[in-house]
Amino acid sequence: MLEFRDKSTTQDLIKEIEKINSRENIRIMHVCGTHEMTIVRWGLRKLLPKNIKLICGPGCPVCVTSASEIDFAVKLVKEKEVILTTFGDMFRVPGTILSLSEVKSQGADVRIIYGIDEAIKIARKTDKEVIHFSIGFETTAPSIAAEILENQTLKNFSIICSHRIIPPAMKYILSCKDIEINGFICPGHVSTIIGCDPYKILAKKFVKPMVISGFEPNDVLLSVLIILRQIKNKESKAENEYNRVVKNKGNIIAQKIINNVFEICDKGWRGIGTIPNSGLKLKNKFAKFDAEKRFGIKIKKSQDIKPGCKCGEIMKGKAMPQDCPYFGKSCIPENPTGACMVSIEGACYIAYNYS
Amino acid sequence: MTNMKITKKTIEELRKKGSQRIPKTIQLSQGAGGSMMESLIENVIAKKLEIKSSFVSSGIDRLEDAGIIDLGNIKLAFTTDGCTVDPMFYPGGSLGSLSVGATINDLVVMGAKPIAISFGLMLEEGLPLKILEKTLDRMAKVCKEAGVPIITGDTKVMEKGKIDKLVINTAGIGIIEGDIISDYGAKPGDKILVSGTMGDHGISLIALRFGFKTSLKSDEAQLWGMMKQLFKIKGITSAKDATRGGFSPNINELARKSNVCFYVYEDKIPIKPEAKKLGEVLGIDPLSTACEGKIIMTVKPDKADEILAAMRQNKYGKEAAIIGEIKKEPKGQVILETEIGGKRVLHTPVGELYPRIC
Repeated sequence: MLEFRDKSTTQDLIKEIEKINSRENIRIMHVCGTHEMTIVRWGLRKLLPKNIKLICGPGCPVCVTSASEIDFAVKLVKEKEVILTTFGDMFRVPGTILSLSEVKSQGADVRIIYGIDEAIKIARKTDKEVIHFSIGFETTAPSIAAEILENQTLKNFSIICSHRIIPPAMKYILSCKDIEINGFICPGHVSTIIGCDPYKILAKKFVKPMVISGFEPNDVLLSVLIILRQIKNKESKAENEYNRVVKNKGNIIAQKIINNVFEICDKGWRGIGTIPNSGLKLKNKFAKFDAEKRFGIKIKKSQDIKPGCKCGEIMKGKAMPQDCPYFGKSCIPENPTGACMVSIEGACYIAYNYS
Repeated sequence: MTNMKITKKTIEELRKKGSQRIPKTIQLSQGAGGSMMESLIENVIAKKLEIKSSFVSSGIDRLEDAGIIDLGNIKLAFTTDGCTVDPMFYPGGSLGSLSVGATINDLVVMGAKPIAISFGLMLEEGLPLKILEKTLDRMAKVCKEAGVPIITGDTKVMEKGKIDKLVINTAGIGIIEGDIISDYGAKPGDKILVSGTMGDHGISLIALRFGFKTSLKSDEAQLWGMMKQLFKIKGITSAKDATRGGFSPNINELARKSNVCFYVYEDKIPIKPEAKKLGEVLGIDPLSTACEGKIIMTVKPDKADEILAAMRQNKYGKEAAIIGEIKKEPKGQVILETEIGGKRVLHTPVGELYPRIC
């Protein structure tokens, strides 16, 4: 792994990027929170020529979870004697009124876990209902599906199913008319599951260079170089820089498990709106694991983002965090208005802390 | 697309404004050593309790590791710590040893020689006597090693369920025979030192929670022995023990209070390879998780090598390192030059450390 963090390799890559750089503005979007972490963690934006911009797309599963899903979780854990489990970064995201962190401080039983297996363990030890707030893309969906398949006799366990899938979101962004994106860095983790084919279709249809990238700093820089080469050669291919992990057809077993448990549905993305065929819902035969059906709690239609908040525009790459009227004023990491300010993968959080 | 330019000054002003919004009920994040905790302490606790006295040369408003009582020819440092850890015993340490070690370290980073310690024990009904005895043994062991007596205390028993097993409060008093060391004293040109590897305590506890087998253990230590040698050399301009929240929030606090830039080379920061690897697996940054026996300090440039050598002589400072230097600008910030040569601002984490989901 060391060559992917090796300073002299980094310098060589930067030299190659500078050699090929046309000085025109190039905007490259990635759609993965971990890529943003790599970019920030290693200070990659400062290493690249100024005309090459790395844009943070809708790749943070926390940021795109809709306010109504959070409101549902808050209402459920507040009104019923239940245990709600969630991944850490979901904890502080505001719903319409409260976040899970706030409702916990008012006495509700909200627990932070690392993986769904912990939620199952909790459920086995209690008579209370345990509900897991299940978010994430194709990467997290297989483990959730596998646990559901293995624990079908478990009577006190269900999930709030907030899973989304990436290719339809990329397709949606590429279909927007006024978007200026010259290429995509495609998500390595998601691709280990889904393989390369979905990007091949998108690259061809929308005539954009795409590169599946790993998560070390030199992976990302190499992916930028590959995109620049494609632009120079007027190509639009889906290439796989992360081929030490991502296979062409992906992980077929994981795909089968997802298909056994979930089916595709339309899904609302916070700040963006409904994207057709971009969500996963539990199949009817697993309806008893669906917290929404199980508890019959109704919530009013939630306001996804405060009027004026630019989270959606930012995730589409159409605005910068600094363009938002709330940025740094009423919206700060300690007291976020929009989801992009909460998650350490969120574009606003990063802009606020690293500007 | 408009591109509003946000200057450093406006960001600072916005931060100040923003930090005044405090949740109506206390949240766990407010005890995690990040910016939410700083905001609670600065805007609620210190504000309500600030009372001036002619004997006090550094009071609660300065938010130092200890307050300073100035009696003319005698200067005393006075500090206190509340301790609760789950589990109570862990590889490398325990609640008991931590409670006194933390107080001793708060005194020594102010330039003081610890001279006496007090304790308050809050016990839950039903706590096994053996656990209490074992805890007291650990407290006594650390105090003996540092040569500091425990001279007074108080014990309360609370109804089962009203408190979690055992909570310890300690307070300590120290005498300042040389210079007072303050968070506000770093000057451009100074060198930045750390006394050893970062993140051992936090990462080892999280690894324990998740059942990872590791040789990593807590770095818990009282540092009077080491600091005593450094005081003889003189030349420390600021110091802080990197406890809650670890390296990031504590070095940021030094940068903010001294109003200078801390420029740090990532490849110089000592981190145990195992802590680095476990941190990556668990999604936890070793720079933002607690240490319990490490000091971050700035020293005059001409004394840096001598102080480093003296630190390395001590068993708790063997892996000490010079990790960077103080620059004038950007004021109040920590800039990290990454291992591959990129640059980023190292910021104070907001609240608790959460594992990232993907």
